[in-house]
Amino acid sequence: MGFLAGKKILITGLLSDRSIAYGIAQACKREGAELAFTYVSEDLKQRVVDLAKHFDSDLVLPCDVASDEQVAAVFADLGKQWDGLDGLVHSIGFAPRDALKGDYLDAVTRENFRIAHDISSYSFAALAKAARPMLNDGASLLTLSYLGAERAIPNYNVMGLAKASLEANVRYIAAAVGPEKGVRCNGISAGPIKTLAASGIANFGKLLKAAADATPLKRNITQEEVGNVAAFLLSPLASGMTGEILHVDAGFSIGAGALGDKSE
Amino acid sequence: MENIEQRVKKIVAEQLGVPETDVKNESSFVNDLGADSLDTVELVMALEEEFECEIPDEDAEKITTVQQAIDYVSANLGK
Repeated sequence: MGFLAGKKILITGLLSDRSIAYGIAQACKREGAELAFTYVSEDLKQRVVDLAKHFDSDLVLPCDVASDEQVAAVFADLGKQWDGLDGLVHSIGFAPRDALKGDYLDAVTRENFRIAHDISSYSFAALAKAARPMLNDGASLLTLSYLGAERAIPNYNVMGLAKASLEANVRYIAAAVGPEKGVRCNGISAGPIKTLAASGIANFGKLLKAAADATPLKRNITQEEVGNVAAFLLSPLASGMTGEILHVDAGFSIGAGALGDKSE
Repeated sequence: MENIEQRVKKIVAEQLGVPETDVKNESSFVNDLGADSLDTVELVMALEEEFECEIPDEDAEKITTVQQAIDYVSANLGK
């Protein structure tokens, strides 16, 4: 029996078999969890429905996290199928493409700052708020961050600020949900992975190569490796951990090597 | 050893979930093979992996047919 046997977990942010959410779903499924998924817009519904079948799931619900109504509706709908929730995975982030390119001060605007923080950070709190009434004892909330929250990474720009906010969100949510039912909240700071979302970051291929060269393990990480740590954090094996951000980055963050090249 | 054309066609068929026999040189990913915008991004990523190269966004936008993909890979491989 897997260490997530019988656990019911809602996973957001599944978009392709390259998504980090896909790696998380694989690991959770392998460990025995029952899964539900969300999609952001109608034109993406069929993609997610098809992907959900890989995990024997037909629980696929609409959720654009920019909409309070849709966030509320997800848990109302989920409540009709499941009597409680053991895990929530927030794997959502967005900033306008122009924000993720070139000089930070040239690229940042009041509007792209607002959008990046709303969709990438507030959305975690919004989902946690809405999920709260149906969380089971010992439930676990999880989000995905990146080193750009702690360091200045070329081209990552305002997304780094949003991830810093998201990591603070992990700590404040952990403090809020811990006392009632022992609910935990943690984050994973994953090394760069080539996903559809990452394709929006300028020169991402260069970042991947530089990161691989600078890690102790001399390589990049995979969706599966993030998935395994996610499954652990979502499980009772991590019952003593909350408010924590774990790096799954082949050790990149311990080094002093700089990704300082902002050229093409 | 498969040639570039065969490898490209195989990847297109796999990524877009269409039979290899439907993948003609003149096929447009979007108009003939039913790709959406995310499919085309994924297709470029799959080509990058297969041919161990990096296709810059500016170039990726211009690859809209099977032949264009074959031409791009042929021209840029082994440079």
